[in-house]
Amino acid sequence: MIPELGHFALMLALLVTLVQGVLPLLGAQRNQPQWVALARPATAAAFLLVLFSFLVLTWSFYSNDFSVEYVAQHSNTQLPTLYRISAVWGGHEGSLLLWVLMLTGWAQAVALFSRRLPEAMVARVLGVLGLVTFGLLAFVLLTSSPFERLLPAVEEGRSLNPLLQDPGLVFHPPLLYMGYVGMSVAFAFAIAALLAGQLDAAWARWSRPWTTVAWVFLTLGIALGSWWAYYELGWGGWWFWDPVENASFMPWLVATALIHSLAVTEKRGSFKNWTVLLAIAAFSLSLLGTFLVRSGVLTSVHAFATDPRRGIFILILLAIVVGSSLLLFAARAPKVSLGGRFALLSRETLLLVNNVLLVVACGAVLLGTLYPLLIDALGMGKLSVGPPYFNAVFVPIMLPLLVLVAAGPIARWKHAEIGPILRRLWPAALAAVLAGAGLPLLAGEWHAYVALALALAVWIAAAIVLQTVERFKTGKPTASWWGMQIAHCGLAAFVVGVAMVSTYEEERDVRMSPGETVTVGGHTFKFLGVHDVRGPNYVAARGSFELTKDGKPLRTLYPEKRNYDTSAMPMTEAAIDAGLTRDVYVSLGEPLEGEAWAVRVYFKPFVDWIWGGCLLMSLGGLLAAADRRYRIRVKQSAAATAAAAGATA
Amino acid sequence: MNKFLLPLGIFIVLVALLAVGLNLNPREVPSPLIGKPAPDFSVPRLHAADQSFSPKEMLGKVWLFNVWASWCVSCREEHPLLVEFGKTGTVPIVGLNYKDKREDGQRWLARFGDPYLLSAYDADGRVGINYGVYGVPETYLIDKQGVIRFKQIGPITPEVLQNKIIPLAQELNK
Amino acid sequence: MKPRHKRIALIGGGLAALGIAAALVLNALNSNIAFFVTPTEIAEGKAPQGKTFRVGGMVKEGSLRRDNLTVHFVITDTAKEVPVAYTGILPDLFMEGKGAVAQGRIGADGVFAASEVLAKHDENYMPPEAQHAVDQAQKTGQTLKQ
Repeated sequence: MIPELGHFALMLALLVTLVQGVLPLLGAQRNQPQWVALARPATAAAFLLVLFSFLVLTWSFYSNDFSVEYVAQHSNTQLPTLYRISAVWGGHEGSLLLWVLMLTGWAQAVALFSRRLPEAMVARVLGVLGLVTFGLLAFVLLTSSPFERLLPAVEEGRSLNPLLQDPGLVFHPPLLYMGYVGMSVAFAFAIAALLAGQLDAAWARWSRPWTTVAWVFLTLGIALGSWWAYYELGWGGWWFWDPVENASFMPWLVATALIHSLAVTEKRGSFKNWTVLLAIAAFSLSLLGTFLVRSGVLTSVHAFATDPRRGIFILILLAIVVGSSLLLFAARAPKVSLGGRFALLSRETLLLVNNVLLVVACGAVLLGTLYPLLIDALGMGKLSVGPPYFNAVFVPIMLPLLVLVAAGPIARWKHAEIGPILRRLWPAALAAVLAGAGLPLLAGEWHAYVALALALAVWIAAAIVLQTVERFKTGKPTASWWGMQIAHCGLAAFVVGVAMVSTYEEERDVRMSPGETVTVGGHTFKFLGVHDVRGPNYVAARGSFELTKDGKPLRTLYPEKRNYDTSAMPMTEAAIDAGLTRDVYVSLGEPLEGEAWAVRVYFKPFVDWIWGGCLLMSLGGLLAAADRRYRIRVKQSAAATAAAAGATA
Repeated sequence: MNKFLLPLGIFIVLVALLAVGLNLNPREVPSPLIGKPAPDFSVPRLHAADQSFSPKEMLGKVWLFNVWASWCVSCREEHPLLVEFGKTGTVPIVGLNYKDKREDGQRWLARFGDPYLLSAYDADGRVGINYGVYGVPETYLIDKQGVIRFKQIGPITPEVLQNKIIPLAQELNK
Repeated sequence: MKPRHKRIALIGGGLAALGIAAALVLNALNSNIAFFVTPTEIAEGKAPQGKTFRVGGMVKEGSLRRDNLTVHFVITDTAKEVPVAYTGILPDLFMEGKGAVAQGRIGADGVFAASEVLAKHDENYMPPEAQHAVDQAQKTGQTLKQ
């Protein structure tokens, strides 16, 4: 009975979102205050209904109700409680329900924190979100209901894929979805502004913090996924350019362009059409990502269950949502004013270059991801595009971006001079050259690639230090100023991590018998042997490796090879000794003859800087979104907008 | 020409590509069995351990060969469809009970209905390997000469049954 | 600078960037794609010579042989077979009788030298071994309850 209540709540929510999607939009267009006033209550009702339904599903998992097919497919009485809860989003149906829950959650947050916005604007934003939610709810109810019964019930469920039984994967999907779904808010603001014919600085100011928060979630979600792949898959890589990874990376690239372009629109009123287009694109790519992952049109190491019906449904949804938005864009964009003029050398131009580079990079990733599909569609065979393609294309596109990151915040709006920029940045340039020449020698052999990367990282970091010193002379910087600098610092740290680990990492697959040693990157592993241990729902062969450096013992590492009770697949659990400047990593391969094992050892210099950099970027984003200028009263911002309009006219 | 229509144009091309892509299946390892004679075997029957079954017995008939198991959740999904289809008598259906326990298989059929002319019993999965069975369920349509004409990986859906299996079976039966 | 010149400079810069990006993309695509080939196609001589490609199918049961860290196995599409050699550690999901994809080149001796082996597993399919494990788990569960 309880699962039926969840199903029923979803159906009610479908009706409520229809109201939320239609009446407030019409009301705002026709100036009907009572219809506009429906937006907030409808949003709250939709959120509560979907939340209820989600809790019902969680309860079915918690209480091991195997008469629900989805529960029987993804859970098991032996599963630890934490994973029984996270199994809710361990499969397609539950993931989608989580998607919808977050969508209604974002809408509810907009409803709560938008008291200072004009009611008609709020009604339009919530209305657009309501329509998107309606589409997704229809998708859930028609093709992927998690409440389907399996009668008679099975006695025991099939359990969760062991790959997903990991703390990293408990949080990775929710964070990633928060980011994906958060892009819908930026999208809704853009569509609302197009509908109202009100593309102005005020619109950019309203949607900026929402976009930044969504971007923070997306960054964290991708970073966590990458970290999980690094320690859980046992391959030691942190990014594989797999279609599923690309599906989350493309919206990130466009969202990054969007938060920069919103800055121009807010401060200078320029790039309005471009910003709207980016907001539409960021959400479209989130939907496209969902389509690619869920429809199975692309092969991926993440083997999700696929169903062509679902693929068609998402494709239709994508076509309706994006197609109608782009049509609206084409109709409204020609009437939008151009905004503030700017010189060829100005902060506007630099941010435009940033945008072009990010969008081109996204296009290159999209092309590489869809190329196998294209060739197959043309009947020219089946093929795969390897990571070397993405590296060969992506890195050169990013290099000019890294050069300009240091100059952008220094350049003045409207009109900048090359002289002052150079005068202020020459110490950073000097530091960069010295770093490029010297630092790689400390790490080992000098390579042009790593020298360039380190020089760029130091260039960015030194420029930030210079700006900070100067900024303190003129007064206390704002939170959003700090946010930008910290995020850029994160980028520098990320670049260091990528360059160091891809140049100096060492990897060895060896056969080891107890007592034997192997050395990578100055660290020696001594294999002590393997014994069996029993976990809550698995049996593991646990290896012991004594780690020493220069004869000094550091610690003992225990990699495992697990056999879960409900799965025939063994699982590798790597053991990692993490450090600020290096990780050492050992994982067990297969048992060989006697007591020997195939063992994989890695030395990964600076690999943690990659995720550290992502954390810094997220932190910067949070600071920027928390800036108090987003919380000042609407009257003031409206006055400021009027002043800006007067100034540009 | 409105230059702001350009994004829409690009998007339409993209959607067209994806729509075509949906009809392709990158997972499909092209099955070389199609158009080839069904591999021969001889195994005991599920309900009569002392009798055996071999595909040779079906020569001269168009028949459906369905691999199933009691432990397979997806098989439960397609089973009602097979039961309905069995009642129409279009073609005989032979089951292959794959890596199962004999009593489990018999109990499962008793509970959910038995659309099969008979079920062959492949305890250790030998037959499955010859047929390239990746997972359960899988279904093959075999013609009068014993040649495999169609293979369905995963559960049969009403669409597959209506649009592929039934027309092909009627065609072959002519 | 006049607005028109500025516009030309911006558009020119944009086109140049696009041109460079397109050149990068085409060049990289050309050298970094791997076609997917079946064992039957290899037997028919359709495999690309001297290029990296992927071969997919099932790992033939009983074909897995280890020689220290080098693994030999046979990939079959049930009609034709191709012997594969790989040095290193196989992915967790790699198993005899299961699907696998190997990427590498074919040698003069007809052995496919794999530089990478991928194993796939669809969550909708239930490997029969899993049921066995469920039974085991139920048994242990019952013993615990007693």
